[in-house]
Amino acid sequence: MSVIKRVVKATTRKGKKVLTSREPQLVEGPKRAAFFWGRKTSELVRNLLKDLYVLKKPDAIFLNKKNNITVFENVTPVEAICKKYETPLFAMGSHSKKRPNNVVFGRMFNYSLLDMVELGIDTYEGLKDFAGAKVTLGVKPCLIFNGPWDQSDELKQLKSIFVDLFHKEHVEQLSLQGLEHAISFTVTPEGKIAVRSYKVLLKKSGLRTPRIELEEIGPRFDMSLRRSKLPSEDLMKQACKKPKELKVIKKKNIDKDALGNTKGRIHIGKQEIYKIQTRKMKGLKKTAREKKMEQLLKQQEKSTTNNVQKTKKMRIEIVE
Amino acid sequence: MDIVAEVLKKSAETAEKYKPITVTKHLDLEYDVGSLLAVDKNELDTKAINKNKNDYLLSLTRDNVQLLLNKVWDLPTERVDETVVVRLPPSTFVLPRSKPVPRPKPLTKWQQFALEKGIKKKKKPKLSWDERLKKWVPLYGFKRSIAEKEKDWVIEVPQNADPFEDQFEKRKIAKQERVAKNELQRLHNIAKAQNIKIPRTGLLNPDVSSSKDLQAAVTVARSSTASLGKFQDKLPKEKEARGISAITPGASRKRKLPPVPATQEKEENLAVLNSILNKKPKLDIEKAVNRQINQEETERSTEKKTRKPGGNKINKSKGGKKPKSGKGKSAGRKRR
Repeated sequence: MSVIKRVVKATTRKGKKVLTSREPQLVEGPKRAAFFWGRKTSELVRNLLKDLYVLKKPDAIFLNKKNNITVFENVTPVEAICKKYETPLFAMGSHSKKRPNNVVFGRMFNYSLLDMVELGIDTYEGLKDFAGAKVTLGVKPCLIFNGPWDQSDELKQLKSIFVDLFHKEHVEQLSLQGLEHAISFTVTPEGKIAVRSYKVLLKKSGLRTPRIELEEIGPRFDMSLRRSKLPSEDLMKQACKKPKELKVIKKKNIDKDALGNTKGRIHIGKQEIYKIQTRKMKGLKKTAREKKMEQLLKQQEKSTTNNVQKTKKMRIEIVE
Repeated sequence: MDIVAEVLKKSAETAEKYKPITVTKHLDLEYDVGSLLAVDKNELDTKAINKNKNDYLLSLTRDNVQLLLNKVWDLPTERVDETVVVRLPPSTFVLPRSKPVPRPKPLTKWQQFALEKGIKKKKKPKLSWDERLKKWVPLYGFKRSIAEKEKDWVIEVPQNADPFEDQFEKRKIAKQERVAKNELQRLHNIAKAQNIKIPRTGLLNPDVSSSKDLQAAVTVARSSTASLGKFQDKLPKEKEARGISAITPGASRKRKLPPVPATQEKEENLAVLNSILNKKPKLDIEKAVNRQINQEETERSTEKKTRKPGGNKINKSKGGKKPKSGKGKSAGRKRR
């Protein structure tokens, strides 16, 4: 009998740890990327992929081998690679007569393809072609998008892919000295995409905020759009779903004014003005007879707590 | 006046000394400081691009980075381990997840039952004092089976049991059965959690199967003859198991019609009611014509009977010639 659906059960403690880390997480870590190439590649594409790998490095894997893959015809082998190495992002290089210097950037959702965009490399200058110091490994870059990135769906998706690929991890605290890398993505008026990478130099400005100067460190490449596979609206919506636990629930009736003071509105119950102790006066004092009656009433009430009717009657009598 | 002039002069000097940090843009950039992202939607200078692309892009990016970092420097800072850090706001740029949102682990059948009934797990101590052995015996695991062997070194043979039956063997088999059943239930729970359809496991050991399972097994077994259980006798008061027509040979499944939507049901019922209320006598033309013909014929026949025989015979032609065509329209058969 064939296996219906294999249920993998860890046999070792380490294996269990690995399996649990592969389960869907509430807060996901940085997305890893796989860089590999297809049947044939040019030197240019290989170098470009290596440079991108260097920029992405701690969360990236580089596969130095030919793969018989044409991703637009059949995505399954790419999905298999991404599943094997746990990389939701991939960049695949190839080179053919029809599509020279080809790079495909794509993303996975739940181990199946979400979207991918194919780009042709027009010009390229690598990291090595620029002299000078490079940026520290794993530093979070500033991402600058120039030009009409909203003009088509492909460009919108490509922008999302680039942000996903380069934004590293979301951090709460950021060291100001750690701001040393900037990548700019520009859509030129001819519809080409120019990517530049700079080292950020913080200069004195006489103020608290520094004056920014940039120094190009590479890679520098211009690309043009080729084929693309965009996600269906449903799939994208499902992929972008935010967990319920992470949604911020607004606290009611609390707001802050311009001065930073917290102001709250509270609801008080009904005020019982008859029970308020007012000013004591001799004329309002109870007489000895009244006090005695009250005591009597209390005693009787205690003795016949279950019979409310009786006490009511008694009270009426006393009042009379 | 001197002081003012001096201050002005000093500020002018500093301004000369340092380059500015302000940048003017036609359209404001879109920032996502949380992910250090800035989107500049301003139109690019085509002339400058054509002249020197790299220099233009450098200056453009410099301005945008300056604007973005101005925003970052505005954020409240902290000092952690002798480095100045800023607290970044949550990022607003929506990126897809790599895996779907985690769902709570589905409960096993027992957990679901316990939850419904409010059964809570009681924690049992691992060691308990055994009066017979006079020592601490673990509930499970290491040294438990040894303690059991020591304790039950002899088993009394039950009164009406076979005296040659091995009671130890019997106990061992019973334990194995329980373990196997538990494993099966574990697998069932996994299948249920992952929404996998699994084939029926059939009948388990009669000691651990439910009466329902046994009933199903009897029904299936009876119908598994060459004649589909037609000549098999039933026990008195025996009921047939239900819901197993798929695996019972020869059983016809009762077809259930899909539920009718409320509007359609209403329409149908109203149509029935209308047909009853607005009943008109049905006019069957053929029947009416036949009846008419019949009536006429009977009338004619009675007329014939009442008439005297041998009465005046008019227009009785001899030899019954067929009417010829074209000789007057009044006589003869109409030809088509």
